[in-house]
Amino acid sequence: MHWLVIASIMIAFVLSVVPTSFDMRLWRPEFVALVVIYWSMYSSEHFGVFMAWCCGLLHDIIELSPMGYSALGLVVVAYISHLSYQRIRSYALWQQAVWVFILVGIYQLLGNWVNGLMDKEVESPTFLIAAMITAFLWPLVVVTMRSVKIRFRIP
Amino acid sequence: MLVLVLISLILLSIGHYTQWLSPIRSYINVFSTPFYWVTNLPSKTVEWFDEYIVSRETLIKKNRQLRKKLLIQQTKLQKMAALYSENIRLRELMNSSKLLQDEVLIAELMGISPDPKVHKVIINKGVLDKVYVGQAVLDAFGLMGQVVSVTYNTAEVLFITDNAHAIPVYINRNGVRTVVEGVGDLYSLRLSYVPNTMDIVAGDLLVSSGLGGRFPAGYPVARVDSVNYDPGQPFSTVYAKPTAQLNRSRHVLLVFREGHVGLGTTQ
Repeated sequence: MHWLVIASIMIAFVLSVVPTSFDMRLWRPEFVALVVIYWSMYSSEHFGVFMAWCCGLLHDIIELSPMGYSALGLVVVAYISHLSYQRIRSYALWQQAVWVFILVGIYQLLGNWVNGLMDKEVESPTFLIAAMITAFLWPLVVVTMRSVKIRFRIP
Repeated sequence: MLVLVLISLILLSIGHYTQWLSPIRSYINVFSTPFYWVTNLPSKTVEWFDEYIVSRETLIKKNRQLRKKLLIQQTKLQKMAALYSENIRLRELMNSSKLLQDEVLIAELMGISPDPKVHKVIINKGVLDKVYVGQAVLDAFGLMGQVVSVTYNTAEVLFITDNAHAIPVYINRNGVRTVVEGVGDLYSLRLSYVPNTMDIVAGDLLVSSGLGGRFPAGYPVARVDSVNYDPGQPFSTVYAKPTAQLNRSRHVLLVFREGHVGLGTTQ
């Protein structure tokens, strides 16, 4: 595991708890899911599903949410990325972004199911706002991470 | 992958249906503190600048304003002191128990739960400052919530607006008791099971009743916003607005009750 992979995940953790006002929280992109999807797609031999699960568990500890809440979503998302990376990597960036929207949407949906089990009210399509913003961030992330990857020779 | 999904589901159900994970959680949650500390740094810096880089004129002006305010408050307090002792004397006449003065501790907000459906915050006081689970948290305007878990130097506070939270209250005007529960909206609370015949109107102040033993009695909780009376329904739908400024308060008060032993403080 390259130290920059860990650093990127740490940055994602920090960004995911930056305090915002209560009403703005729906708009926060899913940084951890974004980073996990990136490493699962562009470094799939070194970033497995188990790593994604560990990230999810850590994310739950940091976000103070029930254990397994985002671990569940991240495992599924990482698994789908591993199945599809060969095809998706050859797509244009905006097409990849659409795929990322779907992946993060699945992640949010799983989170929402868990929330439903815990009697938290589920507002139907509003939770997809975050997925949309995450997808908009995807091209930016790919471009910067790609240069970082080449610069520091991350396998 | 299926194994990991299964493990996550098992963890989730253990966390939801049993209490087995909560002692472990209070240890692990220590790891989350540095992240909240880091994200809190920018606002800390801004606060520092606000405090230390101020012109002399502003300081003098502020000082004057504060002194004026203090004078007004002190005058009010003098009256309060007389009323307080009178109240105690009257209570003694009626042979009822004495009102206890609550001790408070000021804490600062460190972080906000990132999940949009959870109304929780993290404050910078923990076991070290004798914070205990179940302790009431207030701001200058009313009750905010209660402590739900403590670590070494932080604590998690569940707001009264979270939809897993309910608090027993009474109407300040006539003393009718009821229960206020959160609906997951920061600006509204719902009163559950209000009979159609109950005397409640918009504008009524709801005050914590202290029933249930968790919250101290007599702190303002919410003000009734709307009362919707439908003769076809067994209960009226009543909504109230929390008096505490849940979205704004950065400094909160933790109330210590006299003779209260923590309900499960972790060391």
